[in-house]
Amino acid sequence: MLKILTRAMLAGCLMIGAAKAADAPDPTNWPNLLTQAKGQTVYWHAWGGEPRINDYIAWAGREIEERYGVELVHVKVQDTGSVVSQVLAEKTAGTLDGGSVDLIWINGENFAAMKREGLLLSEGWANKLPNFQYVDVSGKPTVINDFTVPTDGLEAPWGMAQLVFFNDTAISTEVPTSMEALLEWSAANPGRFSYPQPPDYVGSTFLKQALYELVTDPTVLQQPADEADFAAVTEPLLAYLDKLHPHMWRSGRAFPQNTASLRQLMADGELEIGFAFNPAAASNAIANNELPDSVRSFVLETGTIGNTHFVAIPFNANAKAGAMVLADFLMSPEAQLRKQDPNVWGDPTVLDVKALPAAARKSFEELDLGVATLSPSELGIVLPEPHPSWMVELEKVWLARYGV
Amino acid sequence: MLKHIPALTLFFLIGPVLAGLMGVLLPAFGVLPSLGGTSLTLDYFQNILSTPGVIRSSFLSLAVGLITTAISLGIVMLLIAGWHGTRFFKLLQNLLSPLLSVPHAAAAFGLAFLIAPSGWLMRLVSPWATGVTRPPDWLIVNDPLALSMMAGLIAKEVPFLLLVSLAALPQSDLRRKTVLAATLGYGPVSGFFKTSFPLIYRQIRLPVLAVLAYATSVVDVAIILGPSTPAPLSVRLLQWMNDPEITERFRASAGAMMQLGVTALALLVWFAAEQLARRTGMRAINRGHRTFADQSLRRIIAVLAVISSAMVLAGIIVLGIWSIAGFWRFPDALPVSFTLANWSRQAMGLETPLQNTLTIGVAATAIAIVLTLACLEQETRSGKTATSRALVLLYIPLIVPQVSFLFGLNILVLQMGGRANVLLVIFTHVIFVLPYVYLSLADPWRAWDTRYAAVAQGMGHSANRVFWSVRLPMLLTPVLTAAAVGFAVSIGQYLATLLIGSGRFPTITTEAVALASGGDRRVIGVYALIQALLPFIGFAAALSLPALLYRNRRAMRANG
Amino acid sequence: MSVPNEGLTLKDVCILLDGRPLVHVSAHVAPGDVLTIMGASGSGKSTFLAYVGGFLDRVFAGMGEVYLNGVAIHDQPAESRRVGILFQDALLFPHMSVGQNLLFAIPPDIKAKSERQSMAEDALKEVGLEGLFDRDPATLSGGQAARVALIRVLLSAPKALLLDEPFSKLDADRRLSIRRIVFDLAKARNLPVLLVTHDADDAKAAGGRVIMPLEMAPDSNP
Repeated sequence: MLKILTRAMLAGCLMIGAAKAADAPDPTNWPNLLTQAKGQTVYWHAWGGEPRINDYIAWAGREIEERYGVELVHVKVQDTGSVVSQVLAEKTAGTLDGGSVDLIWINGENFAAMKREGLLLSEGWANKLPNFQYVDVSGKPTVINDFTVPTDGLEAPWGMAQLVFFNDTAISTEVPTSMEALLEWSAANPGRFSYPQPPDYVGSTFLKQALYELVTDPTVLQQPADEADFAAVTEPLLAYLDKLHPHMWRSGRAFPQNTASLRQLMADGELEIGFAFNPAAASNAIANNELPDSVRSFVLETGTIGNTHFVAIPFNANAKAGAMVLADFLMSPEAQLRKQDPNVWGDPTVLDVKALPAAARKSFEELDLGVATLSPSELGIVLPEPHPSWMVELEKVWLARYGV
Repeated sequence: MLKHIPALTLFFLIGPVLAGLMGVLLPAFGVLPSLGGTSLTLDYFQNILSTPGVIRSSFLSLAVGLITTAISLGIVMLLIAGWHGTRFFKLLQNLLSPLLSVPHAAAAFGLAFLIAPSGWLMRLVSPWATGVTRPPDWLIVNDPLALSMMAGLIAKEVPFLLLVSLAALPQSDLRRKTVLAATLGYGPVSGFFKTSFPLIYRQIRLPVLAVLAYATSVVDVAIILGPSTPAPLSVRLLQWMNDPEITERFRASAGAMMQLGVTALALLVWFAAEQLARRTGMRAINRGHRTFADQSLRRIIAVLAVISSAMVLAGIIVLGIWSIAGFWRFPDALPVSFTLANWSRQAMGLETPLQNTLTIGVAATAIAIVLTLACLEQETRSGKTATSRALVLLYIPLIVPQVSFLFGLNILVLQMGGRANVLLVIFTHVIFVLPYVYLSLADPWRAWDTRYAAVAQGMGHSANRVFWSVRLPMLLTPVLTAAAVGFAVSIGQYLATLLIGSGRFPTITTEAVALASGGDRRVIGVYALIQALLPFIGFAAALSLPALLYRNRRAMRANG
Repeated sequence: MSVPNEGLTLKDVCILLDGRPLVHVSAHVAPGDVLTIMGASGSGKSTFLAYVGGFLDRVFAGMGEVYLNGVAIHDQPAESRRVGILFQDALLFPHMSVGQNLLFAIPPDIKAKSERQSMAEDALKEVGLEGLFDRDPATLSGGQAARVALIRVLLSAPKALLLDEPFSKLDADRRLSIRRIVFDLAKARNLPVLLVTHDADDAKAAGGRVIMPLEMAPDSNP
């Protein structure tokens, strides 16, 4: 009897201990964290609109299951904003732990909103992950500044993106490499250019890209929008759009809903110029039978906007340790290499390739980036993202002026 | 036990709707303490009204709802008037029935692929007939007047209203009335509208109102086919709900109330139109005109009906072609190459969504069937038939816009400490499945000859034994058909699965919508086909199972 | 008035529709006797039978006392009354074979499967339908179906029999023979029988007392 009682008490203590530890997984004590993570199921809410990305996530799931005993469930979302809403709804309802979201694929205004509202796991965990040592913090400053907002270790960098344009060289080899040239080109080729409708992410990025080129002093974009004379700064952009829209697809009365439908319209021959927030987009589309293999990428003379996308853990995540294991695995040279392979996904790495161990570095250097992908040097200048408030305000102005 | 089932059923249906509405009502007026909203305010309504284009969005929703419903009803009534009893009608009926099982989103995708300037229709006639090798810059899909959206909705609602009307026909004694009217010199269409229409309309009124409410608040079809500058209110409402800005929560709640208002306004306008139609109709009857361009009207409507059903069918076919397409550019009528790669690539990811779809669909349907049978049996035993007021309650989940109450319901579930679990998702599905199951089963159930029960009870069999051994087996076909209808409804649920399940229970439909955001037609084709195929399998099973079980029972086959 | 402990006794059985009396009957039917109730359609005859059998539609209000072999049954549920009924349609259960229809009727206290089977087959033989055990009821002729319906109700061992115009859908030749069989078999089993009909020939063939509730004239042109 006594024996049973002791054993029960012991078990009880162990469980309490385990629960305590699960509340505060510590990435600096990695072996301990791996033990906590074992057997957990990580619900990763990530945009599910791209089959090849879904396949990559499925691969990562198989790997961490095998290596660390962590199960991954990819919750395919249509709009990351809805995940923010969901975490918020849980906070509203007082679900302070055991929440339904363990990891979110995120950046920009979604991150800014979650950080501001305290919806993220608050101890800076991301820069303590073992593989963070390989991240190219000095060469790619956006890995710790998400749209100018310091990440403070609240999200772990996952991949790099840069706005890249592409066109079918079988139709024309002449490409506009500035906003002014784009306007002239559109006037000469009416109905063959469009951009995704803001607040689509890439559509809003196009607005910011145009703003960069048209604004007199781009440095104001690094400050919050309300600290600048917003109307004066954006006036040239609106004047530009007023001129551009009449020459655009459907005369600017309808817009593709996202970059995928932009690509689809290009495949249909309705549009001649496409763009995406991924340098490998054109190569991928060719491999996917979507675009002809005469499509090639190009960038603008004065540079294009680039940023980093991340994974973050909500404050009330149920499997925090498992989520960290996954985030760390996603940053590993092996996972990053696979992600950059255009046959898999083609998303550029966040790591500093030169600082990697020799074998890993060699693999990266030997990677064939794909027929329509520009090399890192050809990608030209990378412009930093403006402060997220610009995106919010630009979307409002755009909606009022062109969206209704 | 059985006595309390009807009340329990209504609780299942109405409780969540009311609770969900409460969940958005308070935040709409600024009350949501956990977000710092503690005082009543009308600010958020003012905020909504001053949002650019919101009036136009609301007007769009209203107009789409009213026009879609009026045209669908008109086509169906004119079809029955002009063609009922002919071989053409039978053919059309067979053509339209399977369309009922095609989910709205799949039909909308198909239509979009068909009618776009670079769509299949244009490809079929280019360049040999049109001379174009590049698609013209015509604004067809997503047009600001929502014409293509209405076309898509009408193509889907016509089969629904037709089947509902056909179910109502036996009680309206159509054939005798038409013959009688004809002997008085009335044309078939005029005769129908002056004799049979009022009776049929009274019976299909609630389904018509459900169509109206649905069309004013539909989300998926609006995203695919509807205008985007601005979009109809329901689409914008969803955007507000998904906005990471926390304060948008209040605006989204106010928007949800506004959506409710738009739907209510549409119903009011419809009621007014009913009154007007009744008065002018009475006057027309009294005047006694015998024909009103009957013959030409008859032909036009036949053409319209054929086009609308052919569009959906062709849309599904083109989806199928996309799902096996290799490289396919404008203006080729067919892909350069075919490949099964799209299917094999998706096959891996299909297992979980398929499992979830089946689990949730079968469970929700089973619950709905059990509750419906219990209600109907209780009705038989107590001798009280459901009053028309109870029927209105049944329609509430179909009339209150989903976007308006599911969001509030989600918050409520969380507040009660409930985690996303599959049971909650199933019960949320029941809210939408049950009305359809009840409505499709009630008529055949009540039409059953109760003298069979008298015979069996006279032999000494209890009411329970009569139910299990006589009534249920005799009504197996309608019960299974109702189950297939319920299953199809469950498969089509998007918001309910997503919001209440916190996205943890991906189904074919949620996956289809998520993948659709990637715009890859090949993938959309794969999912849309599966989405259309599942309900079809359900209906096929509902028809073939009794045929197999009762292969030696002629009367049972004639029954089906 | 005391209640005889044999036969079917009706005391002031009254059927009302919207408060208006349709039928009013007080009578006693001895075992083996037939009481015929004549009346035009719509005169409430079928409702009256339903009240006696316990299957009354709630739209109608019924009142009065019904005794079977001295026991009050008007408060009992239909399945406890042991009152068999035949309608103008055979109403064979379409999802069962002819034999299953009969087995369904045989009381559960007869347990042995072989005994139930032979009871059903003997009954078929009694009405000249041997070998039809496995037939689909939908393939029977009208006369065959009527005979199966009759033996089915008799196999259920009722203590009284109600006949609701059971011959009106049969053609003239068959009507005679079926009528004969029904009355003979009911008599052989010593059952009290209530017959409602609008056909004077049925009443004559039944041979028992004929009443017209509320003095309604029989419909002479069926």
